[in-house]
Amino acid sequence: MSLLELDGLTIRYGDTDVVRDLSFGVDNGESVGLVGESGSGKTQTALAILGLLPANATVAGSIRIDGTELLGASEKALNSVRARHVAMVFQDPMQALNPFTQIGQQVGRILIQHKLASAAEARARVIRMFERVGLPDPARQFHAYPHQLSGGMRQRAMIASALIAEPKLLIADEPTTALDVTVQAQILELLADIRRDTALLLITHDLGIVAGHCERMLILADGRLIERGATREVFARPQHEHTARLLAAAPRLDRTDIPTGPRGDTVLAISGAEVIYADRGQESLQAVRGVDLTVRSGETVAIVGESGSGKSSLVRAALGLVPMHAGRVVFCGTALAGRVQHRKKAVRRGLQLVFQDPAGSLNPQMRVASIVAEPLVVHEPAVDAETRQERVIAMLEKVGLGTDYVHRYPHELSGGQAQRVAIARALILRPKVLVCDEAVAALDGTVREQILALLREVQAEAALAIIFITHDLSVVRAISHRVLVMYLGSLVELADNAELFANARHPYTQALLQAVPVPDPEHAGGKAILAGEVPSALRPPDGCAFHPRCPFARDICSAERPPPRKIDGATVACHFAEDLSGA
Amino acid sequence: MVSGGILAGIVVVAILGPLISPHDYLQTNFDALLQRPTLSGARLFGTDDLGRDLFVRAMLGVQVTIVVAIVASIVSLVIGVAYGAIAGYVGGRVDAVMMRFVDTLYALPFIFFVILLMVAFERNFLLIFVAIGAINWLDMARIVRGQTLSLREREFVEAARLTGVSTLRIIFRHIAPNLLGVVIVYVTLTIPQAILVESFLSFLGLGIQEPQTSLGGLVDAGVNQMEGASWMLLIPAGLLAIVLLCFNFLGDAMRDVFDARNPR
Repeated sequence: MSLLELDGLTIRYGDTDVVRDLSFGVDNGESVGLVGESGSGKTQTALAILGLLPANATVAGSIRIDGTELLGASEKALNSVRARHVAMVFQDPMQALNPFTQIGQQVGRILIQHKLASAAEARARVIRMFERVGLPDPARQFHAYPHQLSGGMRQRAMIASALIAEPKLLIADEPTTALDVTVQAQILELLADIRRDTALLLITHDLGIVAGHCERMLILADGRLIERGATREVFARPQHEHTARLLAAAPRLDRTDIPTGPRGDTVLAISGAEVIYADRGQESLQAVRGVDLTVRSGETVAIVGESGSGKSSLVRAALGLVPMHAGRVVFCGTALAGRVQHRKKAVRRGLQLVFQDPAGSLNPQMRVASIVAEPLVVHEPAVDAETRQERVIAMLEKVGLGTDYVHRYPHELSGGQAQRVAIARALILRPKVLVCDEAVAALDGTVREQILALLREVQAEAALAIIFITHDLSVVRAISHRVLVMYLGSLVELADNAELFANARHPYTQALLQAVPVPDPEHAGGKAILAGEVPSALRPPDGCAFHPRCPFARDICSAERPPPRKIDGATVACHFAEDLSGA
Repeated sequence: MVSGGILAGIVVVAILGPLISPHDYLQTNFDALLQRPTLSGARLFGTDDLGRDLFVRAMLGVQVTIVVAIVASIVSLVIGVAYGAIAGYVGGRVDAVMMRFVDTLYALPFIFFVILLMVAFERNFLLIFVAIGAINWLDMARIVRGQTLSLREREFVEAARLTGVSTLRIIFRHIAPNLLGVVIVYVTLTIPQAILVESFLSFLGLGIQEPQTSLGGLVDAGVNQMEGASWMLLIPAGLLAIVLLCFNFLGDAMRDVFDARNPR
């Protein structure tokens, strides 16, 4: 008998089945990956196991833990199962933890609630558990509130609370999606280390994580289980065509079809950019610290970095959306005014932006046609309505949307379609530079590939210069000619795509590359080379901002900020770049 | 839905009733003072102390009350939305000055303000709109400003700014339509508030002037005859309560509708 057995589970909201006839089992101690794109029903399944579905869901079938039926069980019975038999780690620990209670109290309460320990024992056990999950100074952290912890530390606390009652099954729902890649690697290693004989059901969209951490995998599509098997088997010989598609769209760092298109003259040059957010004479935060960047026509420059690296601030300052404290921006030979409202119209149409959240960047009260037409109305008021409409339709067709979309509202579009509309709006003025701020981060793998292909296509057609901000190295690999790596507001490394991935010179770039999970069970990536997390930009370390986490740091690193230096065509800001190349 | 139906029924009767009825709201009849309401006769709601037909007067009262409330709400809507959206979108010092002005007006004792107005000027319809609009737009401006502050940070507004869409166009094309849900709900909820204020003013004798009347004025007259002719108080008071309840329920229903349409 399996530890967890699902038999014919069906979850329905109104007339819509979100999970259909799902049956699978999880044995003691094994790790199983539950994979699918958004809307495939994976989170609904997890919530059903824990009895946490909202009241308007209709559930049929059977869910058994250790032979005990959970469907239809009383709340009291479910409560005794939760925590002691099954526990869950949620995606966003900030929402899963109570903001008004000290984390130690929250975790300890589970033991007391289930009468597993007295108050005094509970405290001791919580502190021991905090130590195991790698919370530094556990006795002090016991009294910390969730907001006082960093994202990675909060997720550690969440894992501690899930494991404190020693459940037999741990369900982790996208446990690292909200975290930076170097922290993700740490958390996944932690999960693998400390679960011991606890079985793990890992829900994720990231095939790299499954390849590295799961023995078996289950693939969901539209609420149905379409494939199951040993991870190695599925990766080597996918049976279902949807699985094959998912695998093909999985983010990879080793793809060879990297952009090589011709590049023209410099269209945008940013030099000495400094961005400081000041809070009325209180602490000021320096988001960007003297960065130079040039972009040529027909070229894609990716800016990559973890949260707080200043990548968005740099670009927003160049666009004039946030004030630039020092430095200059030159567009096609003309120096630009600092704020966007002071810039000439011709300049404004030349620089366009595509945002991360496709739904949020479209006005929900406007139809697709008016959204795409608006820039034309503003910049070419002489054009009559008919010609404008024709150009809008031609543009929509170019981004792969037919005329049926013209009269839709944004909420009637999928994420990928909405992002296409956003791209159409940005391109209708034929800009010279297109900035994409995490433009594919909110999209599923297959859709992401389509959008990236679309961007490559429009670039080739119009010799468009693209600045692509992302935290995802596989996207960098797929789209860019050159790559700027940033850390805490400074340039770390600037190199050609092929050069950077083959021969990273800066220790931070190297660690970043190592931390990316690889969707290949034979060559698992996702190694946690770096300890700790990105320090607060309010108090950046002296000298090289990276030195507290750098495995190669020496005395000079904490004393002197390394200036960016040219080495064989790449620009690297490290005192020891020559020695570390290819290390 | 039910409340909407009742409300529509009342409005239709209020408009058609006086037209059909053989009586006139002005006409006094000293042979028929304080007649009781009868279901069969021509005097459905009876007559008042001057022998005027109470049904016609009550329907007139409903008309006046609802018109005053709706017009006052529209006044507050127009001023409040424009004021709040500009303060919220422009922000900074403009916002600070505009909102301090609102705070200052809030601090004025309203009733005192109205009595002063009534004393200083002739009592008339227009003044009541001004008086009621003058308090309601303050709330509206605050609500709209708050919404605008959060809308301003949304990416579609940023995209419009980047493209070079003018501030005025951003406010009217991008901000205002997205305020609609909140504003409509708030307006349906301010109408009963305006009705109450108008009735209150009329009850104090500061509102609509005789021989015109409103529900508040009728209630006032009814109070004087409470012991002998209770219908003169109960009928307009009952109508007032029904109208208020209907508008309140309608507001709640509107809020549900608009919440469902905007899941974000």
